[in-house]
Amino acid sequence: MEFLLFLIRRIAWSLLVLVGLSMVIFAIARVVPGDPARMALGPTATQEQVQDLREKLGLNRPIVEQYGLFVAGLARGDLGRSLLTERPVNDDIRDTFSATFELVIATIILAFVFGVPLGVAAARWKDRWPDNLVRVLAIFSAVTPSFFLALLLQILAGYVLHILPTTGRLPANMEFTANITGLLTVDGLLKGRIDVVLEALRYLLLPAVALAAATMGQIARITRSSMIDVSSQDYIEASRAFGVPEPIRVFKYMLRPSFVPPLTILGLEFASLIGNAFVVELVFAWPGMAAYGIRTILQKDLNAVMGVVMVSGVFFVIVNLVIDVLVGFVDPRVRIRGSR
Amino acid sequence: MNDALLSVRNLSVSFSTYGQTAEVLKDVSLDVPARSQIALVGESGSGKTVTMKAIMGLLHHPPATITGGQIFYDGRDLLTMPARERLKLRGTAMSMVFQDPMSSLNPVFTIGDQMGTILKYADRRLGRSRGKVERMARVHEVLGQVRMRDPERVTRSYPIMLSGGMRQRVLIAMALLSEPKLLIADEPGTALDVTTQAQILKLLKDLVEERGLALMMITHNLGVVRETSSYVYVMNKGVVVEHRPTAELFASPADPYTKALIGAVPRLTGGSGFGRAGAAA
Repeated sequence: MEFLLFLIRRIAWSLLVLVGLSMVIFAIARVVPGDPARMALGPTATQEQVQDLREKLGLNRPIVEQYGLFVAGLARGDLGRSLLTERPVNDDIRDTFSATFELVIATIILAFVFGVPLGVAAARWKDRWPDNLVRVLAIFSAVTPSFFLALLLQILAGYVLHILPTTGRLPANMEFTANITGLLTVDGLLKGRIDVVLEALRYLLLPAVALAAATMGQIARITRSSMIDVSSQDYIEASRAFGVPEPIRVFKYMLRPSFVPPLTILGLEFASLIGNAFVVELVFAWPGMAAYGIRTILQKDLNAVMGVVMVSGVFFVIVNLVIDVLVGFVDPRVRIRGSR
Repeated sequence: MNDALLSVRNLSVSFSTYGQTAEVLKDVSLDVPARSQIALVGESGSGKTVTMKAIMGLLHHPPATITGGQIFYDGRDLLTMPARERLKLRGTAMSMVFQDPMSSLNPVFTIGDQMGTILKYADRRLGRSRGKVERMARVHEVLGQVRMRDPERVTRSYPIMLSGGMRQRVLIAMALLSEPKLLIADEPGTALDVTTQAQILKLLKDLVEERGLALMMITHNLGVVRETSSYVYVMNKGVVVEHRPTAELFASPADPYTKALIGAVPRLTGGSGFGRAGAAA
């Protein structure tokens, strides 16, 4: 009951954040120099043609009215038309979001599955070789730009070793439409097409690794320092005195109280990757929303830019809500204090 | 070697960090006979905590090294017995009551989970087996023994939901789970208010007497020494400077350090020290 109240409060708060976001992005999109109509029509268009398009887009109306129209569209779930693709923005985002979403999920899973155990190992063997190895690895992965890693992986696995595909989401000759969730792996499973799932995973691997490295390094470092913090707590010494065996101490008594910082980082990363995946998406010709967003920004395709930002915003808010719930689950102190 | 339950003989411990070595315990000897209540008193840094950790096998190597001596429990030297054998005694035959109830319980697990886990692995070390239901029954039983009113509710609680006094009781209950013969109490209740601390010490003393346990009380508080022990060891700078029956010590402290320690106890009436007048009052 109290938890439900907490959720409702958080959702209301999130809606407010989204309204704020819509205003800010609307204002920014209009302050940026350049005429969207002129950019869409190209340098050869006449002044009348540009004027026509401006009127069609409503760019000649007062700014408040434009915002009103934008919000009205948003409320109907209509993001307008893209000047770049000449399709409804809704369709563009629907087609590209699932690709980015699948990539980001794979990235997060990789970062988490490798980052947390590395952090635990580093903390367990602090100042010994596993720790040093993890620290070096974490620094390298954090300072290596994802596009560099992407190119490196592409050259190594694709051109030198010929073991993994380097561009796209599926082989060109594979017949498959992901029309349930849009995620190839999930839809493949749902439709019983194991061949599709395996191929999709093969195509996912390189971009996901390129994107995951930095996050993994961060997760490993945060887990390490958090574990070391907890390991000097009295209750860990106490569990040792009561004869609780070391594996239980490390993986139960130390890991769970250490889990909140990595979880928080993970949530922030999850959401920011949706936007920041574009470099890797461009390198791997991944038909994702991040790459679409960049193309539309360069073209000053206002409707599409705002659509991408709003979808990212909604996603950010949802992920953080989920993380808050998880944090409450991991650490009862948050739950108990929060409900009081 | 004698017939004491716990006998520490000429124990020396040194700590080395960054190439420097400090001898923190020098030839410490003490005896805890079965069913006795002794106190180990000294200021911070006197070596009482290191002594306790050496007995419990909780010193971290490095930086600590036991450079000499023996620790006999029930006639067997803990320092030379195989690690597995020693592990069987920790938390079972000899158990510790921790000092700070606010920080000695894991904040993210329920009391029942934590006590159940301790019991589960204590059972396993001793080659016993007990189902989950039986385990919880034992947990509730021990919580009742430390005068906890609603054991079922306590086991479902997280530490943050309990008061300081209740948490300290939980810590005592944890130490009693596997029916130890020796309890080592590290200044229990110092983190609590005076009234609650007095209740906790009373409870501890009652429990020890009821079940015929030996108690080794580690403290810097001479008031606690007086309340809880019949024999006292005074430590200073890693050495036992004086040891005698508690009453005798307070009546006529022999060592200058003991005198200073007794003289340092603040009094409300001005001046300081327990003195004879204080003892009579």
